[in-house]
Amino acid sequence: MSVRRLHEIQPESFAFSEANLARVQEWMAKFPEGRQRSAVIAALWIGQEQEGWVTKPMVEEVGRLLDMPYIRVLEVATFYTMFYLAPVGKHHLQVCTTTPCWLRGSDEVVKACKKHIHDKPHTVSADGQFSWEEMECLGACVNAPMMLIDKDPYEDLTGDKVVEIIEALRRGESPKTGSQIDRHTSEPVGGRTTLTKEEA
Amino acid sequence: MLSDSDRIFTNLYGFESAGLEAAKKRGNWDGTKAILERGVDSIIDTMKKSGLRGRGGAGFPTGLKWSFMPKEVKERPHYLVVNADESEPGTCKDRDILRHDPHTLVEGCLIASFAMRAHVAYIYVRGEFIREREALQRAVDEAYAAKLIGKDNIHGWDFDLYVHHGAGAYICGEETALLESLEGKKGQPRLKPPFPANMGLYGCPTTVNNVESIAVAPTILRRGAEWFAGIGRPNNTGTKVFCISGHVNRPCNVEEAMGIPLKELIEKHAGGVRGGWDNLLAIIPGGASVPLLPKSICDTVLMDFDSLKNVQSGLGTAAVIVMDKSTDVVKAIQRLSYFYKHESCGQCTPCREGTGWMWRVMTRMVKGNAKPEEIDLLLDVTKQVEGHTICALGDAAAWPIQGLIRHFRPELERRIAEYHAMARAAE
Repeated sequence: MSVRRLHEIQPESFAFSEANLARVQEWMAKFPEGRQRSAVIAALWIGQEQEGWVTKPMVEEVGRLLDMPYIRVLEVATFYTMFYLAPVGKHHLQVCTTTPCWLRGSDEVVKACKKHIHDKPHTVSADGQFSWEEMECLGACVNAPMMLIDKDPYEDLTGDKVVEIIEALRRGESPKTGSQIDRHTSEPVGGRTTLTKEEA
Repeated sequence: MLSDSDRIFTNLYGFESAGLEAAKKRGNWDGTKAILERGVDSIIDTMKKSGLRGRGGAGFPTGLKWSFMPKEVKERPHYLVVNADESEPGTCKDRDILRHDPHTLVEGCLIASFAMRAHVAYIYVRGEFIREREALQRAVDEAYAAKLIGKDNIHGWDFDLYVHHGAGAYICGEETALLESLEGKKGQPRLKPPFPANMGLYGCPTTVNNVESIAVAPTILRRGAEWFAGIGRPNNTGTKVFCISGHVNRPCNVEEAMGIPLKELIEKHAGGVRGGWDNLLAIIPGGASVPLLPKSICDTVLMDFDSLKNVQSGLGTAAVIVMDKSTDVVKAIQRLSYFYKHESCGQCTPCREGTGWMWRVMTRMVKGNAKPEEIDLLLDVTKQVEGHTICALGDAAAWPIQGLIRHFRPELERRIAEYHAMARAAE
């Protein structure tokens, strides 16, 4: 368990954009009558996409939309660790450091983030472009070490590779996602041992 | 070795398209209507006879689980909920099914829902799997557009399938925590009974199954229970997607026969242990929660539920984490202790307090900054946490440490002695 609270400094207000409000309503329709609070994670997620982080007025607005008491939405916002309760960089790097990634060198990935973004996690770099944090297992263990940047995984990393990716993003480029070595996805490094027939 | 013709996930690596047309060429959605026409009893009977045991970790027989749902739908609707909250450290098998072979799952959802008289199913995907969720949603949309699912679909069983997602909480992989989360609450496990088959989602009869368990069902029903039961060993049948990570030459996911020797699995598919088999220190054979095994056991153990239980470990999610002799094994387990401390939902005192306590002691053990008698104290605390919490997270936090003490006690003692010798020398 980790203690998570809303940020000390909060904006005045929050409103979903028209398009995002429609997305929230689409989510609400996925659940039976009277069960619209099932859409709370999705609504906060969409809010976070819009604002960059989860704010107090957003929590209040989601409560109004889903007919939930404020405290019930707050509970959800603070329980789930992918909700950022403080501003993050334009690109947020989530570095997996759990044992399978650690065994394959996630320390090097962390080191690169410390050097090229900020010494401290959850802290936005001077140029506002980046922030990073350590994550618990991200579920790509056969492509370790790996990290998630925004929506995309970057796998089979080295410290140098991480620096390259950060620099490319800083230049506004879109570096290759997925495995960073000569590998398609999760097949054995160096080539398949199964499913080797030629594609039809 | 399992032959390619007996593999279920023939696009596991995504070399082919995950789309509907390609999926149909691979055999998905073939004769689905005929399967449903066999009727509920026949489907469940086949699933039981196949011997399929749940692929999410606990290994409960899938067919039996399906049979627990009420025989008639009364005022409360039935639900199928698929657990795609894959978060057990070492595990990344469902990820490949979601992104590369999603139609196996979508078809499985229709068949399983029919067998349990459910017209609605939810797939709960972990929050971090954003691209995977998008891939799955594409498959669901395709299935709707082709009238394979939805209202008035070609299979004659009205069926709505929704993709839901979490936001970063390991505990939501526990089935009742997942249901709480799906209801829009904190993911804290429920006391059982009542079991979900009686009181699940929104208080209605619900079955929660792992992705792989549901995704293999259509192929089992097409090829027959005997085919599936003929692979592997009695009570441990069928194929299984293994994830091999850590200190191997060629880490990978691979679908193999249950009961394959651990050594053969690693040498055939993962290119062997880094530096050779003799450089092996220990292996966690089934995801972070199960106790590690020293090399002497790894030499001969088979990869299935019963074989691994017999050596005081478990198949879990079949996530094989390999550690060679360069590994600081105490640190490796200490990192897992941190994981459980971080992921404890805080509901039960033994877990909330115990996971933090165990992590702090483990952190001192890494350096040897402890008294020798603290090894037994630590073991005692793991026993006090184990079995005294609502869900299995407490057990999962206790077992890796118990495994470490069982097999590496001399290493812990050595570090403690060394630390104290250094301290004395410094004085």
